[in-house]
Amino acid sequence: MSQTAPPLLEVVDLARHFPLRNAFGRRTGWLRAVDGVSLAVRDGETLGLVGESGCGKTTLGKTVMGIYTPTAGEIRFLGREIGRLRRSERRKVAKHLQYVYQDPGASLDPRWRIVHSLHEPLKIHTTLSRAERSTEVHAILRAVGLPDAHLDLYPHELSGGQQRRVGLARILTLRPRMVILDEPTSGLDVSVQASVLKLFRSLQHTFALTYLFISHDLAVVRAMCQRLAVMYLGKIVEIGETRAVFETPRHPYTQSLLAAVPRVGGRRVSLEFVLEGEPPNPRDAPSGCRFRTRCPLAQEICTAEEPPLREVAGRLVACHLA
Amino acid sequence: MPELLSVRQLEVSFVTDQGVARVLEGISLDVGPGEVVGLVGESGCGKTTLARAILGILPLAARIRGGQIVFQGRDLLREDAGLINDRVRGRAITFIPQDPYTSFNPVFAVGTQMMDLMKWKSPRVEPGHGSTRWPALLRGYPRGRYRADRQSVLDILRAAQLPDPGRALQRLPHEFSGGQRQRLMIAMALLPSPDLVVADEPTTALDVTIQAQILKLLRGLVKERGVSVLFTTHDLGTAHEICDRIVVMYAGQEMESAPTDAFFRRPAHPYTRRLLESLPGPEAEIHEIPGEVPSLIDPPTGCRFHPRCDYATEECRAGLPPARPVGVRHDVRCHHPLASPVPTGG
Repeated sequence: MSQTAPPLLEVVDLARHFPLRNAFGRRTGWLRAVDGVSLAVRDGETLGLVGESGCGKTTLGKTVMGIYTPTAGEIRFLGREIGRLRRSERRKVAKHLQYVYQDPGASLDPRWRIVHSLHEPLKIHTTLSRAERSTEVHAILRAVGLPDAHLDLYPHELSGGQQRRVGLARILTLRPRMVILDEPTSGLDVSVQASVLKLFRSLQHTFALTYLFISHDLAVVRAMCQRLAVMYLGKIVEIGETRAVFETPRHPYTQSLLAAVPRVGGRRVSLEFVLEGEPPNPRDAPSGCRFRTRCPLAQEICTAEEPPLREVAGRLVACHLA
Repeated sequence: MPELLSVRQLEVSFVTDQGVARVLEGISLDVGPGEVVGLVGESGCGKTTLARAILGILPLAARIRGGQIVFQGRDLLREDAGLINDRVRGRAITFIPQDPYTSFNPVFAVGTQMMDLMKWKSPRVEPGHGSTRWPALLRGYPRGRYRADRQSVLDILRAAQLPDPGRALQRLPHEFSGGQRQRLMIAMALLPSPDLVVADEPTTALDVTIQAQILKLLRGLVKERGVSVLFTTHDLGTAHEICDRIVVMYAGQEMESAPTDAFFRRPAHPYTRRLLESLPGPEAEIHEIPGEVPSLIDPPTGCRFHPRCDYATEECRAGLPPARPVGVRHDVRCHHPLASPVPTGG
């Protein structure tokens, strides 16, 4: 990973606002789900995107993917702007950029055999012949660790874990460069989670994938990601190397978030946990720094001015006091 | 120390379309007075079924095939149902549900719902209040008791650190955030001054910073009042935060029971050790448990973990051994524990 190579994905001042309407359909305001986010994902890395529910991490992922159109800002992927492409043009990008929902197995058509589901993306996006497609499908299926015999089964004949693998295989048949993983392990038991994470790692290695890993689980992000971006109410508050962020978090929100994660063995973290209150409603986010209403260090400047993301000790932090 | 709650050899089956699922197979569990016991295990291991069996609110498809649930010296499975409803359920044993979103009635103010509860389950109600020939709806709420009960509702909301309790009582459930609703649930569970609170994954739906606040609050409140808690969770980190002792279940069998510290430092059951290893740690290595959780309709014989266990032998296929002590209040049900058993007797 060299610093000079252009990033695979670059997001500049990206915003996605949703109109809020009253019962008569009149707009009463805006929900600023993503409000001026800039980040870059380097080729081959895994960038973690963490935050609590409602912080806009999924909206960011979906906007990058093109499921939502951006309100403002740019999305540059493989060196070109993809935020405002026409539908037909945008479709070509989907070949290289794929999105994985929480349970990829649930995205399979229950009435299609596995083989049909795996052939479909290739039919749409490539001009391969049936025989070539078949070779490709077999190779992918092996990569996700399933036997060829599964091709003729229906999704309900597979276990949940196998369905998940098929769902991933379907995404990988197009050999994407980058995959956005949206909460891929939430709701899983730890032992299953471990095998899913292992699979993601081996696939990354085999297919030279770049991941944007969206999660609320900090332990998982720590195990999976080289770099980490922390979001709070539609803004990125801190972004840097995972290890450095975990060791010396600079933003007060990151500090509180890390302090709240239960650690097995040792002292109970809830004994010393000090952060009070709950995130404010994103409809009326506080002025200035959005964390100031809960921040133990908040001062006057935090109300008056919104802190820009600036470089502090080799990473970017959006805090006046960092 | 006499136990507050002792579950002995409890067997519960569910009748399903595919056959009879043996969800709990000879579960034994103790909860001491004032003790916070964690019941951990992966989904489908039967922890919620056990919690519901204790409360006597199993779904209709469930059949209790045997065993005892002894609470304060009474076997709840053999006691008169009316008596349990009057004195135990909602009074001596209360419940905190997983989902604070759906557990309130959305069309009534929170205060109305809390006072409804207090009308029947307040500690000031004399036993036998619920069983009269008059329909429950026609029973009045004595003025004096109403005032006293309302005061204790306000007190407990203040203890649960809910801002402005007086106004909170007039608000509807949807006006509260998830964390606040869970505070209300905790307050409601403590209102009847119970001896045991059964909490079923109460922080699973919450964000980590809110979870840390709620765990701190819950542990503070129950320790202050000397209430025992049976806390089910699938998250070992949460169990570490709140529990004095942890019982780990796998596919309807209890595997190990240990004080929290020993559980994480000296796990004696191979399953416990595998489970702890599968937690993502700061180091890059990820360990999975090979294989999958078995079906409860046709479970493996003997120890249900044996098909996935490194130490499995013929013995394990034949039967599950009784619990053997390997330390202070540390029992393990395994033929090949990773710590040597303490000789018993003598």
